Amino acid sequence: MIFSFETWQITLFSISVGLASTLLILPFGIGLAWLFARKEWPLKSIVETVVLLPLVMPPVSTGLILLKIFGRRSPLGQWLYERGIEIVFNWKGVLIAMSVMSFPLLVRSVRTSFAEVNPRLEQIAATLGASPLRIFFVITIPLAYKGIVAGALLAFSRALGEFGATILLAGNIPGKTQTLSLAIYNYVQLGKDPEAYTLLGITVALAFLFVWCSEWLLRAERKN
Amino acid sequence: MFQFNRGMHKSLSVGAVFFVLAFTQTTAWAEEILVPAAASLTDVLKEISNGYQAKSKHTVRFNFGPSNGLARQIEEGAPADLFLSADLTQMDNLDKKGRLEPGTRKNLLSNQLVIIVPADSKLAISSPKDLLKGEVKKIALAEPTSVPVGVYSSKYLSDEGLWDQVKPKVVPVQDVRATLASVESGNVEAGFVYKTDAAISKKVKIVYEVPIDKGPKIIYPIAIVKESKRKDAARDFLNYVQSPAAKETFKKYGFVILD
Repeated sequence: MIFSFETWQITLFSISVGLASTLLILPFGIGLAWLFARKEWPLKSIVETVVLLPLVMPPVSTGLILLKIFGRRSPLGQWLYERGIEIVFNWKGVLIAMSVMSFPLLVRSVRTSFAEVNPRLEQIAATLGASPLRIFFVITIPLAYKGIVAGALLAFSRALGEFGATILLAGNIPGKTQTLSLAIYNYVQLGKDPEAYTLLGITVALAFLFVWCSEWLLRAERKN
Repeated sequence: MFQFNRGMHKSLSVGAVFFVLAFTQTTAWAEEILVPAAASLTDVLKEISNGYQAKSKHTVRFNFGPSNGLARQIEEGAPADLFLSADLTQMDNLDKKGRLEPGTRKNLLSNQLVIIVPADSKLAISSPKDLLKGEVKKIALAEPTSVPVGVYSSKYLSDEGLWDQVKPKVVPVQDVRATLASVESGNVEAGFVYKTDAAISKKVKIVYEVPIDKGPKIIYPIAIVKESKRKDAARDFLNYVQSPAAKETFKKYGFVILD
């Protein structure tokens, strides 16, 4: 099928920023999930709740909070602006909106898979003299990797579907911040239904691919 | 306690009867009409409908948004009785598709385009040409191919020979009120809105008024929607917005009355 330049541009932009956001949150998500699954610390339940908030809050509310944090009137926004870094109405805004919205999904999924790793294996490794870092990378991560991949896949698809927080923080600028979801909305508003249907087809195909992949991963896990 | 409960029970059922009566009476002779209207009319129409409601048995509900989006919804068959658009194109489209009640369409109002900046802005912008300066990085504009205020603004900039250079700085937003909000927030350096919108905000200042003879002619048409089931009530409100009282309110907000 031959797509227009715009369709390609929107699709590639969405996929690459989505991918970047997933890679960006991956180390933080894994670290935090491990702290949730293996350690007890003060205020843990509060931090867990805050991290999960974007999952249950309306995305527009999350977007509004982000806009207030990164807008030029806020201290942080002002500080960034003076250093030439702009988040609002910029592709970086898309990246941040996607990251914040998909972070809880990643943490939840990875946390569960860490919890399923038998702590005895880690203890045995420790008695054999392995350092905690080595245990983490040689025992814990390899045993939990399917959950991590599934979590990353979920986070990536959530990032691609992101709409509410993105439109508030990054706007809907064709060629700059317009993602698949925003473009579909825009095309429908403009009455350009054929273009909207093309993008709709792309999102259905991508969603199919992701669900199929994660199901396949889970099936592989059950067999083991 | 028992007494109290019984008393409350009684008053509740009396209330329920009244409610049912009130409800059936309402549907019998007072009607509620739905009026999709251009976002720029938000404040003025609210005030006008307050005046109307004080005298009339009918109720008016508004759905404010970008005229193109509203026209699209009407075209798709969304319930609407009276439509107030911010440009002729949207009304023409509905007219061509036969969605308007013949003989009810009228050009009601006019407005003026202005360039606004945040009230605390230190940038020296005093003419459209200043928008080309390097320190003006982002300019908020309603969607320039479809939303009336965006179409007017981009047409004006094209006529001035500035559009090609301004275009890369444009942040397209949903409607005129969204433009106002993004300038207020300081996240863009400037924006194009109607004079009447700039007038309601203390957080922005007007730096340039597009002269009426130089800018595109801004026209707000009104018409009854053909599929309306409450045409009498719609006609009643259509007459009211053309009454001297309503005209005074439109003028107070800075609109120009077209006769």
